[in-house]
Formats: sequence, C-alpha cells, structure tokens
Amino acid sequence: MEVTTKSMPYEAWKDNEYIEGLVKELQESGTNVIVGSFDKLINWGRSNSLWPLTFATSCCGIEFVSLGAARFDMARFGWEVARASPRQADFMMVAGTIVNRMVPVFRRLYDQLAEPKYVIACGSCAISGGPFRKSYHVAKGIEDIVPVDVFVPGCPPRPEAMIYGIMQLSRKIKVEKFFGGVNRQESREEFLAKHPIPTDGE
Amino acid sequence: MANIQEKIAELFPAATVGNDNSGIVQITVADEQWHEMAKTLRDDPDTSMDYLVTIVGMDWVDKLGCIYYLMSTKHNTMCSVRVTAPDRDKPYMHSVSDLWRIAEIYEREVYDFYGIIFINNPDMRRLFLNIDWVGYPLRKDYDEDPSINPVSIENERQTDLTSVYKEENGKVVKTEREIFHKDDFVVNIGPQHPATHGVLRFRTAVDGETIKKIDVYMGYIHRGVEKLCESLQYPQTLHFLDRLDYFSGQIYHHGLCLLYEKALDIQVSRRAQVIRVMMDELSRIASHCLFIGTYCMDLGATTMLFYTLRVREQILDIFEKSCGARMTFNYACIGGVMQDIAPDFADDVRALLAILPKNIKEYNKIFTGNVIAKNRMEGVGTLSREDAISYAITGPSGRASGWACDMRKLQPYSIYGELDFDEVVREEGDSMARFKVRMDEMEQSARILSQLVDNIPDGEYCVKVPKVVKLPKGQWFQLVEGCRGAFGVYVESDGSTKPFRLKIAPPCLPLAAVVDHITQGSKIADLITIGGSLDYIVPDMDR
Repeated sequence: MEVTTKSMPYEAWKDNEYIEGLVKELQESGTNVIVGSFDKLINWGRSNSLWPLTFATSCCGIEFVSLGAARFDMARFGWEVARASPRQADFMMVAGTIVNRMVPVFRRLYDQLAEPKYVIACGSCAISGGPFRKSYHVAKGIEDIVPVDVFVPGCPPRPEAMIYGIMQLSRKIKVEKFFGGVNRQESREEFLAKHPIPTDGE
Repeated sequence: MANIQEKIAELFPAATVGNDNSGIVQITVADEQWHEMAKTLRDDPDTSMDYLVTIVGMDWVDKLGCIYYLMSTKHNTMCSVRVTAPDRDKPYMHSVSDLWRIAEIYEREVYDFYGIIFINNPDMRRLFLNIDWVGYPLRKDYDEDPSINPVSIENERQTDLTSVYKEENGKVVKTEREIFHKDDFVVNIGPQHPATHGVLRFRTAVDGETIKKIDVYMGYIHRGVEKLCESLQYPQTLHFLDRLDYFSGQIYHHGLCLLYEKALDIQVSRRAQVIRVMMDELSRIASHCLFIGTYCMDLGATTMLFYTLRVREQILDIFEKSCGARMTFNYACIGGVMQDIAPDFADDVRALLAILPKNIKEYNKIFTGNVIAKNRMEGVGTLSREDAISYAITGPSGRASGWACDMRKLQPYSIYGELDFDEVVREEGDSMARFKVRMDEMEQSARILSQLVDNIPDGEYCVKVPKVVKLPKGQWFQLVEGCRGAFGVYVESDGSTKPFRLKIAPPCLPLAAVVDHITQGSKIADLITIGGSLDYIVPDMDR
C-alpha cells in the first residue's frame, strides 16, 4: 500500500521504509473489514485537519508565523486553526529552544493535549539543543521529555521544511489504527498511573 | 570630557580615572564611595549621567565586581565605573536602584549570574534561574555538572517572598518582604500565551479589572549565551547574535564586528560598510513590518498581518539571495561580510523601495485612522521622558516618549554620520506614539536605502583578517541601534583567542522591566496593547 497525498508522488517522499513498516504492522495485527473501513474514513478526516498548538519559544516561531501567512499558506492543508490552548489542538509544533525552566511547563502542556496527540520537534534546538547544547540551562533535545513523532531539522527550518514535516505527520496518521488503537479509552486511574500529576514541590 | 575627569579627581581623590580601550572614560572606585559618586555623576549638571546603559557583572577570578556604563542624555558623553566587591566569599555591594530605576533589574541579573548581593535593592531575587539553582553560572569556578542542576519535569518551587538586604550598624541584615499584598488577587498570564510575544510570564495583581502590580517572570528561554561565548573563539561568538533578537540579527552582528574590528584595528572597505548599513536598514523595515502585523493582530485586526508580511517576505527574499538564509543570516563577519551581494541585489532593493510608500499608505488607511484602533491606543500606557530615561527605554519606544536616543545619531558608527535621515521623535509617549514612530521609521530607513542603492562602491567585500583572531588585552564597549533600541556589547579580553567576558546589553530587558510601572492603574485588556506596543523579544531579554 502506498501512503501518500494527492499532490505528491510516492517516490518523492523520504523515509518511506518507516511508513512501510507501519503498514506492515497494521496488516499483521489484522482488523476486520468494517472497523478497518471506518478507520480509513476517520483517518482521512484526521490527517487533513491537523490543528497545531502554537508553542513558539524563539526564532522558529517566527517562521511558523510566516507559514501561517499568505505566501506559504498552511490553510491549504487544513492546518490553519492554530490554537493557543492545548485542549483544542491535535499536535504540538515545538518551535524553539526548551530550557530547564520551561521543561515543566512544556510537559504540562503536552499532558493537557487530548489524545491522540503528536509532537513535531522543529529546529535543531528542539531536536538536540542545537547551538546551545553545551549551555548550563538548556534541555538537550525534547525527546527526553516527551515522545516525538517528526523531527524537522534546520536553524530555523524553512517554512517549506515545516510543511514537509507536518505532511509526514499526516501521512503517519493515515496508517494508524484508530478504533482500539490511538483512541484507546483509558480510565482515570489508568491514565493517572501513567501520567502522575506533578507536585508543586512545596 | 576633561570635565568628568577633573570633577572626579576633585571630589573623590581615592578614585582613579583613565580610559578603556574604546576611549570611554573609566573610573575605578571602592564600593563604599560608589553610591555617593553615582549620585554626583547623575545629579551634577556638568556630568548629568542620567542613563544607565548596562551593568556588567565581572568575575576577575580573585575578586567579583561590576562595571557600570553610564551615558548623559544632555552632553552625549559616556563613562564607565569599575566597582569591586570587597569580599569574594560574601560579595556585598551597594545598590543604585534608587538613582536609576532600571538598576533594580540589572542588579538582579548580576545577582543571578555572580551572586553579588546588592544592599538596599528592594527585590533581591534570582531573575532567570529558579530559586533552587545551585551556584552562580557566570562565575569562573562554576561547576557545570548537569547532575547538580538537572533538567526536571517537576514544577519549580515558587515563593511570594523576596529578600531585602539592609545595613545596620555596619552589619548586613536580611529581611523578607512579600511581593504582593496579602489580599491581592493574582492572575497568571503566560508563559504560554499568544499575546506575550514569546514565553514571558506576568503575575498580575488585579483589583476588579484594574492592574495593581505586575511581577515579570523571565528565564523561560534563558540559554546562557554569555557563558557559552566564553568557551568559543571570537568569530564563533558572532553566531549567537542572530538568535537573540532574531529580527535585528544583521544589526547585532554589525555591532559585535565593529567592536572586534576596533580591537584588532582593521579598516573595513567602503563596499562592506555600505552593504552592512543597507542590510541593517532592510532588517529594520522587515522588523517593523512584523511588529505592525502582530501588534494589529493582538488588537484584533488579523488582516494587517497578511499585508505586512507581504513586504517582509519580499525583504527576506533579498536577504536570501545574498546571505542564503531567511532568518539566521551570519552575514557580517570580522573584516566585512561573509560573501558578496547577489548580482541583482540593487534591482531588488529598488523594486522594494518602489512599492514601500504605497504599502505604508495602505497600512495607515486600514489601521492607523481606525476609530477602534485610536480608542484602544491613544492615551494608553503613557510613559514620560524622565521615566523612559530612568528605565533605559531606548529605541522606538523611547523616542515615542520624546527622548532622542537614536545611536545612529548620538554615536554615529559605520557610515551613518554621512547619511541624510531624520530621527523620528514624538512627544505623546502612549501606545499610539510608539506605533507611529515605527511607521515613520520605515520611511526613514527607505530614505537611507535610496541614498545608498545607486552608490554601492566597487571593492573587496571582506578584507584579510588573521586566521586566528586574538584580541589584545583590554576592554571594549560598542553601542549600535537595533530594531528595538540601543544594543550594547562589552568584551574583555585576556589576550587569548577566547573572550574572557562577553556581555550583551539587550534593549528588550528594560522594555520588560517597565511593564509594571507603565501598566499600573490601567485595565487588564490594556496590558496586551501596552505589551504589544513595547515590542519586546523574549529571547533577547533572556539571552
């Protein structure tokens, strides 16, 4: 199965092996026809209306503003509903350096996102700490703090690179198992066991 | 200049007066005399040093201290004062926060980085790091082991108490004070908030809808650039400056390059100077465009963002053709610029200049005269000239309060002295004035560009510089006019290939510090108007 979007030939994508692995996993786990068809329908909708949480700490955030404006126009892809509140967002575009003081805030925002949720590490600071890696007050990549779905390298990445990154995410969403998969219904106790509420430290 | 030297020699015979390497008068004085001298320097009509440019915290290995850079708005002269703390283990110094309002936050910064405690400062808390941070990071003996200060997802401990140190009978006594009143209703705004322009946090005490006090919390993007620079070679330190105020990247680069060239005694070719100035002015237009767009968006006029970003994208294209990047340019380098301008650079600039007046007219038509915009901006967040100077509010925000503080006019650097342009100054001091100053500055920048675009001389774009850059021993200070105000940079060299101390004096830290003063008594909705009109960039203030 070739996972792609309308305007882009399958060969033009990079990291196809990764998607093929996901497809294989999906096929092996086996789903019945009806649920599988519903999955497809829902994922079609989900992958075309990804709503980002505006989370910009530094330079990359300004390129994200350019992405929203007329020239790069992310509304073409259905991503324009950038929300300032994590409650209404699907994914988090981590644009900028995450420093020690920001880590608890960032983690809390991630926890507040509704499932299913995704994270894009945008720019070298979010990926590894970037030019500030050796600093005393910078987290060396956000992967230690939250799980990351897509990495977009660059300092800052061009808006085109960001578009490609989000498109990769939407492609990933297309081959997810939705029913019984990413929309798993956890009880409050199960959720709290996995995500303990941070104490205020007082 | 002789004035200051004579005055100091007469009144404070114990102080020594000399010059630093960039020709600024340098006074060395003991801490006991410092407060008295500061008062004289500020109040005496012959000196009248009413603008505190920056406080550079220093660790000279054997002792700690500060260097104060002062400027007189009346005489347009500068001086610096070196003060050392008597005891390294218990570093106490006397605060000057009663003389210059901005000193309060500058001293907090020094305390955060060096652990120097300022007696009589009303708010001696850490500024960028959390209260449980072990050690003072910019001290030379700081232990950078990440296990001492680990990255933690636990919420940081917070307190509503602040320390005040007072001198009683020759002994320093610490007392605690509450930041807010016991009955205050405190609303938390930020760090994740679309209208704070980055990750800044305001703890706002409100009475109904009226703001009583704002406690500005910073450090959510403090990346420790100054410490990082100490472990890098001189040309490498340049690259961080693009990532502070990412709109003024070209200008900040220019400033630090000027300092290094002064220290190394390198003469830059005329071509490189013209290119640098043109890039500076282009980025000023691009920055003000984005300011207008985002500010109008904060006030509810989303459409403006699309109009202004159109011009900004055109400028970014010009940058991209010459520098290869849209934002972090790394263009100016020691000796000139990294590479020659693109062949069609001049044509592109001409095309921009042709459409710019039409666009500015359009912005004014859509927004400036709008009744809603007028009601929200006029008379909101008024800052007087005295307060602007005392709080060191430079740049367009300072000029909107009637203070002619354009470093391109006051201390002309590069070729600005021979260019014909006006300094935009307004008297009102409110949000509307700050908005209009930026609008008019775009026209002045266009004027500078039109003078240069047809006169880009031939020649080399970068002169030869030694492969290994070694600054001679000494101290230098350089001020340039960034998009948001006066950007100062201080470098102390011990003769090696790496800076002993590199201090960045950003224009945005005072802009955030003044928020508490300027919003008192206004409505909470006006906080967005006022904060937007000050146009601070958080990575710039946090560094």
